[in-house]
Amino acid sequence: MIWTGILVIIGLVGLYAYYRQLRYGLVVTNMRDYVSWGIYISNFVFFVAISLVGSLITAIFRLANVKWATPITRIAEIIAVSAIIFASLIIVIDMGRPERLLNVFIHGRIQSPILWDVIVIGTYLVISVLLLYVPLLPDLKILIKFKENSGKLLNKVYRFQGSFWRGTKDQFKISERSITALCITIIPVAFCIHTVTSWLFATTYRPGWDSTNFGAYFISGAFLVGAGAVVVAMFVFRRFYKLEKYITEMHFEKMGRIVVMLCMLYLYFNINEYLVPAFKMKKAEEAHLMGLFTGEFSLMFWFAISVGMILPIIILLFKKGRKPLPMFIAGVMIVIGAWFKRYLIVTPTLLHPILPMQEVPEAYHHYFPSWEEWAIAMGSMAGVLLIITLFARIYPIIPIQETITEHHENDEAH
Amino acid sequence: MENKNTSRRDFLLSGILATAALTGCGEAENPFLPEAEVALTGEKVKLLSVTGEVIEIDKAYLKPVPAMPPLTNEQERMGIEGKKFVMVIDLARCKNLKKCQESCNHAHFVEEGQSWVKIHSMQESDLTAPYWQPTTCMHCDEPPCVKVCPVDATFKRQDGIVAIDSDRCIGCRFCMAACPYSTRVFNWEEPTNIPEEVKQQHYSCETSVPQKKGTVGKCDFCPDMVRKGELPHCVSACPNGVFMFGDINEDSVTNGAETYRFSDLIRDKAGYRLMEDLGTKPSVYYLPPVSRNFPYESGIENQDPQDLHHH
Repeated sequence: MIWTGILVIIGLVGLYAYYRQLRYGLVVTNMRDYVSWGIYISNFVFFVAISLVGSLITAIFRLANVKWATPITRIAEIIAVSAIIFASLIIVIDMGRPERLLNVFIHGRIQSPILWDVIVIGTYLVISVLLLYVPLLPDLKILIKFKENSGKLLNKVYRFQGSFWRGTKDQFKISERSITALCITIIPVAFCIHTVTSWLFATTYRPGWDSTNFGAYFISGAFLVGAGAVVVAMFVFRRFYKLEKYITEMHFEKMGRIVVMLCMLYLYFNINEYLVPAFKMKKAEEAHLMGLFTGEFSLMFWFAISVGMILPIIILLFKKGRKPLPMFIAGVMIVIGAWFKRYLIVTPTLLHPILPMQEVPEAYHHYFPSWEEWAIAMGSMAGVLLIITLFARIYPIIPIQETITEHHENDEAH
Repeated sequence: MENKNTSRRDFLLSGILATAALTGCGEAENPFLPEAEVALTGEKVKLLSVTGEVIEIDKAYLKPVPAMPPLTNEQERMGIEGKKFVMVIDLARCKNLKKCQESCNHAHFVEEGQSWVKIHSMQESDLTAPYWQPTTCMHCDEPPCVKVCPVDATFKRQDGIVAIDSDRCIGCRFCMAACPYSTRVFNWEEPTNIPEEVKQQHYSCETSVPQKKGTVGKCDFCPDMVRKGELPHCVSACPNGVFMFGDINEDSVTNGAETYRFSDLIRDKAGYRLMEDLGTKPSVYYLPPVSRNFPYESGIENQDPQDLHHH
């Protein structure tokens, strides 16, 4: 309750900040003509990134027949759904004229990467919601069966959403098939959402963004931060819902191996992204790169690299590091590092335009988000956590039916 | 020089229209007889009559004629038929007076601290000579901003102008990120510089006035001035004739005082465009800062010292 209360309060502060922004304009932010995208956009990239994990854990693992991941699929999927919802919201929040949102549909031009993003994010949201809902159906039946365990309102919700599910063989067959179909479709769509998001930057000429590495770089980073978030959520849910029997040390061990692999993959793309231009030191890139390596952003840059990648690799390479608590710590480090990493992708580039930044107020040369921006960014994070929290209160966070089926299969195998 | 011809023709035409309007009469009557009801002011003005005589009439008979029939949004998006505008900026003549910027900001009510025309202090490397480089919107033939705009709020017209429809812009600022020349500015708040009566006007893609909160603004090459047979504000405001404006189809550019054949000028003075390697194909050409009219130093007093570091 305290947790939910805190989230609601942070969300309300964010709403108030947004009210101020609507009233006075984007002038309440510290974005200006040169840094015209700030933490709203980096937060957007962060949310899109984190939402990719739904497709990794649910779809890729499922298609690859990775059975052990079954108990954590729903955690991954609700993270995906809530993050992608707030990714869409924050992009509207960033707009100067949000009331003209419909123009995107009325006057939309397909050549703009923004249109591609609208299409793929919309598609991803729909598939993700379905991937959350369809496996939930057998569980709803179980919840309805034990109706004395939940309140009247909840029972109504369960019945509304799942009373048509009787659990017949035919229904299972249909659901099994649709889940497989959804899993197959969500993988290319997931790759699209983050590749297109990377193209919002890579389709421009700016140093730091003008890179052919960006799609793969973003995808690898996305899988990493999403997996990190799942580890954190696994730990928290396990602790507070006493799920030690279902989310076992084995799950942490296996997730640990995946996370360390993703860390290395992301580090690899980072080396490509920074070392190759640094080797050449083209004039336009130089100011940007030096700002990251030794200049204004160096502290944040090395923090993001070390805390977001190198330290987690060191922790997770050891068997002892793949126990729940160290995994949780590594997961938190990855998520925080990833948030700053997104900031570093968006902002420093804008401070180093191709033509020199002159005749502008001194404030234009730097960017630090205003309180309204922080409040809105924090509010959006609180919103994501609130959706996850409420979801876990209403629905079983471990897929009951699927876990039972899997246990049976395991028993039979032994 | 077509522009000048156009302007002369337009002037004569509007003179005739004005005369017709002020007399407000049919063919049969003598158009030069004053209307009886008008209270005379005693102040006389000289006009050129249809028959080519200079006549003198009382000022009271002058009636304002709308300068231009209002254009529809569609016409504004199409542009002026048969034209392809081009600008030449002669860096050898610029001493950072910033008159271009002032008049542009004034004409478009640009917000304090923002400018559509920027003057950069440039120096390519330590041992190369510094110079002043004014930039407008480049009105690229392959405009990166237009490519990324999700709603067709910024568009390329047939006369080469890249304009903005502030009534459609959603304020996503992707165009600002995409423009390599950093030419675009954003209305972060309700514009504070615009007089109330201008604010009430309908937004025109040709005047880019009035600017609106939450949308992007930039140099528009002043097609409204061209329609009137005049030059863009920056061109006519520059006392040193740095800016030359014209129509590439007519192969001529003018700064008001001098007129050149565009192709000769570009050939003889080795004209170039900015960031040619990006493939944006700007409509703005530069003449290199050689045999300068002013030393670089003469412009320093107009520049904020913090902006004097170059490269």
